[in-house]
Amino acid sequence: MTHFGESLMQLLGRAPKRPDKAAITPAAQKIHLYKRGQKVDMEAIRAEHAAHDSRKWLRRRWATLLAVNLLFVLSFQLDIQLLEGALTASRFLGFHMADLNAALQVMLAFKHVVINLLIGTVTVLILWIVLGGRSFCSWVCPYHLIAEWGEKLHLALAARGLARDYSFHRGVRTVLYVIFGVLALATGYTVFEWISPTGILSRALIYGPGLALAWVVALLAFEVFVSRRAWCRYVCPIGLTYGLVGLVSPLRVSYRLENCQHEGECRKVCLVPHVLDPVIKGRARDVMVPIGADCTRCGACIDACPTGSLRYEFRGL
Amino acid sequence: MSTEPPINRRKQQARRRFLRTAALTVGVTGISLLGFLPTTGNSRARLRPPGALDEHDFYAACIKCGQCVQVCPVKAIELADISDGFGLGVPYIDARAQACDFSCDGLQCVLACPTGALTHEINYPHETRMGFARLAWPGKCLAVRGQGFQGQVRGPEFEGLLRFDEVDRWNPIPVRDQPFDLELCDLCVRLCPIEIRLAQCAEGKPPSNDANQCPPAHAITLQPMNGGGVGMVPVVEAGCVGCGVCEMVCPTEPPAIVIDIDRTADTL
Repeated sequence: MTHFGESLMQLLGRAPKRPDKAAITPAAQKIHLYKRGQKVDMEAIRAEHAAHDSRKWLRRRWATLLAVNLLFVLSFQLDIQLLEGALTASRFLGFHMADLNAALQVMLAFKHVVINLLIGTVTVLILWIVLGGRSFCSWVCPYHLIAEWGEKLHLALAARGLARDYSFHRGVRTVLYVIFGVLALATGYTVFEWISPTGILSRALIYGPGLALAWVVALLAFEVFVSRRAWCRYVCPIGLTYGLVGLVSPLRVSYRLENCQHEGECRKVCLVPHVLDPVIKGRARDVMVPIGADCTRCGACIDACPTGSLRYEFRGL
Repeated sequence: MSTEPPINRRKQQARRRFLRTAALTVGVTGISLLGFLPTTGNSRARLRPPGALDEHDFYAACIKCGQCVQVCPVKAIELADISDGFGLGVPYIDARAQACDFSCDGLQCVLACPTGALTHEINYPHETRMGFARLAWPGKCLAVRGQGFQGQVRGPEFEGLLRFDEVDRWNPIPVRDQPFDLELCDLCVRLCPIEIRLAQCAEGKPPSNDANQCPPAHAITLQPMNGGGVGMVPVVEAGCVGCGVCEMVCPTEPPAIVIDIDRTADTL
């Protein structure tokens, strides 16, 4: 199966497929064979990793996420009009921007597209094609940041046996995506926006808090006590919309087989570990494998990798 | 030897996960559908900003971004909370707290709307139809009772804003900064944005020197009472757009004049 097809199927919820031996390039096969007998010394890996900066991309990402959301807040509070509106739709220096998923819901519900919405949607589509699709999730979405903090709490509680982590079939996101689309089309209401923590949080930051934040707290509680990062992993249609954009994005994380120790630190920190299936010993199809579209380009795996085997890549550069 | 068939752990786990996933699907869909309850209850008829489409289309077209909120010079527009169901994040105006006084002249909220939820087909205040004023408590109306009005409209605590052209052509000021001394209260007529424009046009000075800004009909007039008496009665006319300024400035509690949101005005 092509990279595109595999990437799409994983995005829609299928588990990663172990590649046939015939699909693995000879160069990669050679490395797999060489590594088969190798023992991994975890202590040595951790010691080596501790020696260098492992929060580089985390810092950059949080700074970006806070800066974008702060720009929305300050634009209104100080009336400087740089970035007006909220994450669902805005104007940056006067240019229309529309969140792709919010615009899609409005188009399905309203069944009519005014030119400003079209301009805003196409602008944002091009922007996120260039910037990696689901990078919206990890670099912009305010709920993502709060969910990351919730995840830390979840892991601490789970280690003490105070929280569970039930998993679900990832295909549920695709099913819900269709359900939300059909609901908007059939009822004429943008039903998803009612429960979208992204929209609720963005508006709460800019226009002041409301009762709707109780729903965000409930979601967070579910993630902390019942299922790790459940909203982003299993439900959010915004993630799937931007994931589809990410299918054709040149900006992605890529994996280099050669120096990888396959100790799996990257998979532990990943929101969507299925995209890192190629890092499992013997799974890489080539000496260099691009990571699939469901990847949020957050860079946590890059920060976690002790061998520099995972890197950002801009295809064509 | 046990007679029980061996449990296939893998199958059991897969089945449990399938059931959990089905429960999650039903749960999330169910919660999202709960939004119908407050939405269709119809108990929350809201005054919408100028140019708002009919309620159902307005919900559909609004992308819940609040750009209309940001451009309003009198901060009349607010976004509804989750108690409005699918109206969450949809803009409304609480006229008694802060009415739309059209002090932007150019319908900036309409221009800011990225989706056409506030229709771009209107250009001037008099072309809007947000609602329609109604003298709900004639017995309370100071004009009907033949009484005047002295002092600050709605008292020193009231934070509502209005533009007074003669004070500052460009910036709205708190109404409390503009005290009145009226022999017969006519605040609802005197401060009506449509009536102000009609008066300016009659003097040959339409806003922005644009004759198109001139409303075609009166919105509210004071008329003698049937059967005489000292009082006068405010009569809402066909030119009323339902901006809510009369409701905001009415000195009585509750306001003698209110805005009806339903479109009964269309049948006037």
